[in-house]
Amino acid sequence: MYRETKILNDSSEASPLRGGLEGAAEEGDMIINVGPQHPATHGVLHLVITLNGETIKKVEPHLGYIHRSIEKMCESLSYRQFIYVTSRMDYLSAHINNHACALCVEQGLQVEIPPRAQVIRVLMDELTRIASHELWLGAMAMDLGAFTPFFHAFRERESINDIMEETCGARLTMNYMVPGGVMHDLHPNFQKRVKDFMQLYKSKVHEYDEMLTGNIIFQNRMKNVGMLSAEDAISYGCTGPTARGSGVSCDMRKLYPYEIYNTLEFDEVLETGGDSFSRYMVRVREMQQSIRIIEQLIDNIPEGDFLTKTKAVLKLPKGEFYSRVETARGELGVYIVSEGATTPYRIKFRSPGFSNLSVLNHIAKGSKLGDLVAMMGTLDLVIPDIDR
Amino acid sequence: MTNEELKIKLAEILPTATIEDAAEIGPGWITVNVEPGEWLAFAQQLRNEEALQFNFLFCLTCIDWKTHLTMVYHLRSTIFHHNIVVKAKLDRENPEIESVSHIWRTAEFHEREVYEMFGVDFLNHPDLRLLILPDGWEGKNPMRKDFEDPVNMIRL
Repeated sequence: MYRETKILNDSSEASPLRGGLEGAAEEGDMIINVGPQHPATHGVLHLVITLNGETIKKVEPHLGYIHRSIEKMCESLSYRQFIYVTSRMDYLSAHINNHACALCVEQGLQVEIPPRAQVIRVLMDELTRIASHELWLGAMAMDLGAFTPFFHAFRERESINDIMEETCGARLTMNYMVPGGVMHDLHPNFQKRVKDFMQLYKSKVHEYDEMLTGNIIFQNRMKNVGMLSAEDAISYGCTGPTARGSGVSCDMRKLYPYEIYNTLEFDEVLETGGDSFSRYMVRVREMQQSIRIIEQLIDNIPEGDFLTKTKAVLKLPKGEFYSRVETARGELGVYIVSEGATTPYRIKFRSPGFSNLSVLNHIAKGSKLGDLVAMMGTLDLVIPDIDR
Repeated sequence: MTNEELKIKLAEILPTATIEDAAEIGPGWITVNVEPGEWLAFAQQLRNEEALQFNFLFCLTCIDWKTHLTMVYHLRSTIFHHNIVVKAKLDRENPEIESVSHIWRTAEFHEREVYEMFGVDFLNHPDLRLLILPDGWEGKNPMRKDFEDPVNMIRL
C-alpha cells in the first residue's frame, strides 16, 4: 500500500524530505510516502507524512507528477485555442473551466452574449456541478471503505455524461463554451433527457442519506475530523465547499454574479461545523440547489442565437483581465495579461485545488493516520487542477 | 466604503504608492503600485487596518516583462468585499521581495510556485523549496520568457 517506509534514527541527517523546521522528524519518528500511485489520492499526488506512532506530525505534498505547464502552453495559443487546454485542468468541471476562460476573453473583447447562450451555459455548469459532486460522493465513500455508494452515485453521473455526450460530443473534456456563446445549439433531446435525469435523481436522492448521512459508522469517521476554523479557511485561501463547511460565505455565484445567476433563486449552502462532515453536507445540499436552478431554467430556454458573431482572429486590447467563477471545487480565477497580440502575454489560473491542498497539513496535524483519507476526501482534490 | 474613500485611505497609508483605477480588470478594482521594500509593512496594514481588512489573498503571481519582473497580488476583503491588485516591480537579475506567508498563509504555496517558476527570492519564507518541479531544477525558471528547453518543448 505504501511505497516506502523508513525509520529515522539520526535526526541530524540532512534529508530533502525534511522541509521546514515545524514538525521536523525527530528520533523514532517514521516517514511514510503515500502515493504518487495510491488509490486514495485520486491521481498522482505524493504525500510525505511524518508520523509519531500513529499521530501525524506533518503532511507535505510533493506536486508536479502531472504538471503540463498549461500556463506556458497558453502563451503560444490563440484566444480561441487556449480554452481547449483548460478542459484538462479540473477535468470534472470542464464546462466551468471553459466558462471562466470564455468570460475573461469576452470581458476583454467587450462582447455581450445572447440570452440563449447564457441560459445554456448556466444549465451546463449546474449539470457539471452535480456530476462532479456525484463522483466525489462515490469516490469519497469508497475511500472510507463503503463500496456501494460508488455505484449509486455513478448511475446518476452516467446519465449526466450521456446528456453531455449528446450535445457536446464528449463526456469529459467538452470544450463547448467558446468566446461569444456556445459552440453549437442544444441537441433536440436535451430538455427531455434533463427532465428524465431530474426525475431519476429525485427518486434516488434519499438513498444517499440512508446509506451515508444517517449512517453511524460514517458519521463517526467524519465528525470532528479535520477541523478547519473560518479564520484559517480564509487565511489559507480555501474556497468552495471546503470553506463553506466552515461557515465562510464565498460562493462566486452570489458574491460576484456572472451570466444570469443574479436572476435565479438558490441558496448559498453554509455549514458551520468546520469538520469533514460539514464539508460532506455542503456538497450533498449543493446538489439539490443545482437541481433547483435547473428546474427554473429547463422550461425557459429563450429562443434565438446561441453564439455572437466575433472576428475569426481574436485580439484582446492591451491590459489585464480577470474573471472568476464558482467551480465544483471553489473559486477559479483566470488572469490574462494582454499586449494587444493574438496570444496572451501571460495567463494565470488561480485554481481552487491548489489553495485547498495547502490547508491539508494544517488540518491533519495531530490527528491519526487513518483519518487522513477522510480529510483528503472532503477537500475534494483533483490533481490536474492542482498541478496545472 | 466607496472606491474614492478607499483610494484616499490607501494613499494615507502609503503616500509613495501610485494608485489607479483598474475598471477593465473588474468593476471597482484598484491597482496599487508599491516599491518592493515597502511591501511588507503595507501588507500588514492592509490586513490589519480596521477599515480595510484585506484578509483574503486569492491570487499571487508574477509576470516576466523581459526587462523586469512584476509581482502581482490580488486581494479581497471578505467583510467589505472590495478588491485591490498590488504590484511590485522587481529587478530581473536579482529579484527579491519579502514573503507575506505569515500574514496570509496561502502565500506559502503560491510563493514557492513563483520561486521555482520565475526565480523570485522570497525573504523570510519559512520553507522556500521546489514545489512542482523535480529535484535538479533549481535555478532554471521555466516560466521566464527566455527559457528554452530543447528536450521538452513547451512552446507549441
